[in-house]
Formats: sequence, C-alpha cells, structure tokens
Amino acid sequence: MSARVDVRKTYKLYIGGKFPRSESGRSYEVYAAPTGAAARRGSSSRPPTFLANAAQGSRKDARDAVVAARKAQPGWAAATAYNRGQVLYRVAEVMESRRAQLVQDVRNSEGVGAAQAEATVSAAIDRWVWYAGWSDKFTQVLGGLNPVAGPFFDISAPEATGVVAVLAPQASSLLGLVSVVAPVIVSGNTAVVLTSEERPLPAITLAECLATSDVPGGVVNIITGRTAEVTPWLASHRDVNAIDLTGAAGADGVDWGGLELAAADNLKRVRRPGGTGTEAVEPDFTATPDLSRLTAFLETKTVWHPKGR
Amino acid sequence: MAPSERARDLLGVSRLTNSALSSWLHGLPGVDQVGCEERAASLATRSIKTTSKAWAIDTAISMIDLTTLEGADTPGRVRGLATKALVPDPSDPSTPRPAAICVYGDMVAVAKETLGSADIKVAAVATAFPSGRASLPVKLADTKDAVAAGADEIDMVIDRGAFLAGDYLTVFRQIADVKAVCGDARLKVILETGELVTYDNVRRASWLSMLAGGDFIKTSTGKVSPAATLPVTLVMLEAVRDWRDTTGDMVGVKPAGGIRTSKDAIRFLVTVNEVAGEEWLDNHWFRFGASSLLNDLLLQRQRLRTGAYSGADYIADDSPSLY
Repeated sequence: MSARVDVRKTYKLYIGGKFPRSESGRSYEVYAAPTGAAARRGSSSRPPTFLANAAQGSRKDARDAVVAARKAQPGWAAATAYNRGQVLYRVAEVMESRRAQLVQDVRNSEGVGAAQAEATVSAAIDRWVWYAGWSDKFTQVLGGLNPVAGPFFDISAPEATGVVAVLAPQASSLLGLVSVVAPVIVSGNTAVVLTSEERPLPAITLAECLATSDVPGGVVNIITGRTAEVTPWLASHRDVNAIDLTGAAGADGVDWGGLELAAADNLKRVRRPGGTGTEAVEPDFTATPDLSRLTAFLETKTVWHPKGR
Repeated sequence: MAPSERARDLLGVSRLTNSALSSWLHGLPGVDQVGCEERAASLATRSIKTTSKAWAIDTAISMIDLTTLEGADTPGRVRGLATKALVPDPSDPSTPRPAAICVYGDMVAVAKETLGSADIKVAAVATAFPSGRASLPVKLADTKDAVAAGADEIDMVIDRGAFLAGDYLTVFRQIADVKAVCGDARLKVILETGELVTYDNVRRASWLSMLAGGDFIKTSTGKVSPAATLPVTLVMLEAVRDWRDTTGDMVGVKPAGGIRTSKDAIRFLVTVNEVAGEEWLDNHWFRFGASSLLNDLLLQRQRLRTGAYSGADYIADDSPSLY
C-alpha cells in the first residue's frame, strides 16, 4: 500500500465570524518549536518541522477586523451579563471537546512534552471558565453606591470600552492567549486579536472553537501575521478604543513605546506589556490572575438619581 | 427641437406610434448578459492607488446626490443633511462638497433655505415616487410643485407597468410631458432597473428616456433591490455614449442605491472612464445617488490625510435624534 499524501493545511483569518483569506493573498510557513535536547542546545542540527501555512494578515485585514468588531460591539455589550457568561462557558465546552487538537497544537508550537501540554490546555480552559464566571459579578465588585452630600442616589457602574486591539503573547500561545482575550470580551468589549507570530496554531484552533460555539461573529477577530507589520495600524486606528500591548514582549521589530505614542492620538486606553522600564517581558500566565486585565478595558458610568419621597 | 419632433426624425416616421417605437427599440442590438457581467467584473478589478485614489475620492464626493427619501423625513433631518453637504468634514475645509441633495418635493423649500446661495443643487423626486402609479395630471402637478418650490433637478420615475406591458408610447409621452413642465430644471429619469428584469430592457428604457428628452438616466429609486449594479450602469453608460454618437447630445447617468463604499464608487468611476469616456467624469454628467457613501468616502479621505484609519466618531452625524 502506498504512503498516504500529507494533507497540508493553509489556514485563514477569522474576521466577523467568517474565515477569509488575507486580503493580501499572502501566507507564511509555521514551523514546530525545537523540542527537548535540541531546544536546550539551541542548535539547529535538524531542519525544523513544517506545521502549516498561516495567513499573513495585512493592515487592510486589520481594518476589516476593526469594522467587524465595531459592528458586533453594541449587540455584545447589550447582551445580559448572564447570557455572555453562558456563551463564554460554551466556548470552554467546545475547547474541552477539541482538547486533543489543542494539546497537539501546544506541543508543536511550544516544544513541550505531552504532560506539560495537557496541563497547559487544562489551565487555559479553566482560565476561560474563570473569566466567564466574572461576567455577572465584576459590576458588583467594581461598581457601587457613592456617598454624596445631597439628596441623590449616586451609582457608579463599569461598562465596556468598545473595540480592543489585543497583541497576544508571543511565547504562551494558548494559556497566554486565553488570558488576554477572555478578560477583554467578558465585559462586552469586542476584540481584534493579533496572534503570536511564530506560534499561531493554537489561536487558529481557538478561532474554530469560537466559530462553532455561540459567540456572535465579530466579537473576537483573529489575525495571524507579522506582529511588527500589523500592530502600528491597530495602534493608530482611530476606531479602536483600547490596545493591549502584552504581545510586544519578544516580538521582532516592535517598539511598544512608539505604539503607545500612536495610541495616544485618539486617547486609547493602553495596557502596557509586562516588565519594568522600557523592557517588555512576557508575564507568567500560570499564576492565578487578578482583575487587572478586566478593569483595564472598562469605562465607569456614574448616574445621579434624585432621591424623593 | 421638441422631443416628439426629434423622435420622428430619428425613427424616420411621420407619426409617432407605439408600433414605430416598439420596432425601433426592439431593433437595438441585444445585450450579451455574460459578456456584460464579465466586462463589469474585469473593470472592478482595477487597482487605484495613492494620488489617483485621492483624486477619485474627491471626484466621487463631488458627484454625490446626498439623499434622504424616507417617510419619516423631518425638516430637521433635511436641514442636517443640507448642513452636512455644506461642510462635509468639519475637520478638513478642503473637502469638496457633494453636487446636490435629493429630497421629496415638499422638503425642497427647507433644503433651499439651508443651502442659501451655495453651489449645491436641490433635486426633488416627483411623479408619484417611488412606484410611479398615478395618473399623468397627478404626476405633472407633483413635478410643478417641486419646480415652484425651487428644485434645480427633478428625479422622475417611469411607469414600469406600461413599459413592461410594451406600451412605450405612454412612457415616452409621460417623460416628454414632465420634461415640458420642468422649465430650467434638469430631468433625471429613473428606470428602476431592478424591476426591468433584463439588460435588453434596460437598454431599451435608456434609449426611450433619452428619446423623450431626459437629461439624465438614473438606475433606481433605492427602494427596490437589486439597485445600482455595475453591469446595469455599464449598459446605461453604453447607451449615453451611443446616443451622443447618434445625436451629438450628452446625457448624464446616475446610479443610485446600494453604493456604500469608496471601493464601489471608484469601480463606477473606472467604468465611466472606460465605457463612456472622460467627458462624463464630471458632476454635470455623472452622479451617485447615495446616503451612506459620503461617510465612507470621508473616512477614506481622512485615512489618506492623517495616515491612520478613521472611524464613525470622526464623521459628522447628520441625523438629529428624534427622541
């Protein structure tokens, strides 16, 4: 019997609930991370293993993604918190049923062993559920009644910022990705996510999970490609309300200070990358998070309501 | 020369009858549907960049008939639209103004008052828009009202029922009669191509409208889908080109409805240039009937000027809240 021909994959982007090719028609090759001894030696005695072709997103893909995210935002924010929580929990269910594929993606992308990949996928699904649970709780924790010297009820409540551009972490391709995307969308924001440049496959599988769950199209848009090429367009885009620069750490040719400067043009909210000073360091995503990633993309609405008899 | 006199000349008949018109219109060459769509699709693939794109955006803005044709149009809404026509982009005074604003006849006075002496025309839809189902005296009264209110242009609808029934003479007479009461106002004839079924019918309706004295042929009311598609506009552009070859007179073309993005608008401009010719690349001879297209063109213009993609927050909102 003859050997079976490989089914080589060319993945596409995820924009507005659809999987379009890059407007530019480009794609790039994704290789497996070196494993075990080879990774420790840092040598390249063997050629890297080809994994798949990923779409190489362009600035116009980013623009289209922002349009899709903008369109989806009012509806997503208007869904009840309870409903958003259910929808996000459903994503975790789909991730669980795709566990084997996610484990393989993490093994290939991060060059880790089976046991560690299993642990990473479990942590990622748990992280997603953890954030999903906050959907109908963060308003109580972060908002409240303000004491004022007058006959008013004065109530502050957090609301979604709008469209958030997210630079996903370069190294932690699944747990890190989930840890930056989930807190953005749980509060009613929509996201344009630029994946890890060298490790996009877990994000592509996550896109397939999102597409087959109940998340409305456009709530999460996933763009694979060169971080340094696409990021400046997202940072300067005047219809983007906030940007998370976490993935600037370890990305080739990305100057996050410049991105923060471009983002200032329309007063975007900016979440700086981890690390101190000008150095960007990818945080450790295995630790249990706090609410800072959620609160970074909220606006506070304060209502004065007259107190009558 | 009166339209009917010229029509008799062109048709070579001593009396204009429905059978003379029928045999003349049905003698026009048929449209190759596949070829026409293929040609339109190939023209739509042209890549227009940098300075050409900037020129195309400004030209397209200057060709817009900024339109509001809703039952819920209030004077405030029309004033908002007219104000937007006067200052399309408050952040950039060099932005060109649209050619006209297009409203129902009873809103002409409101629009005129807001526009003042600015060089922006007011177009009014008339003749029982959008269905055209009314008697001729009603249609003429509708038109006279709009002209008396100061409309510079009249957008009339043809009687599609009569056209599809083969009663070309009725359609001809209605257009000619409406033209006669237009005075100095230019007459745009809406074919409503979405209801004409075939490209052959579009071609016949185009020739019939020009024969009857229309100054413009317009694709659609915007109330029927499909509206202004590129192949239909291509057929109409061929008709005005051939009409000029035949008679020496230029007639304008106005696609209306469904053109929402800058990319679409630029495709139409490419088609105008390739099919009719450069003389039509002027807002005296080519218009876009659109409401949301202006916003997208302004976004693209801002993107070229600032280097950053823009968003709806940076576009003036022309519709006042009705709460």
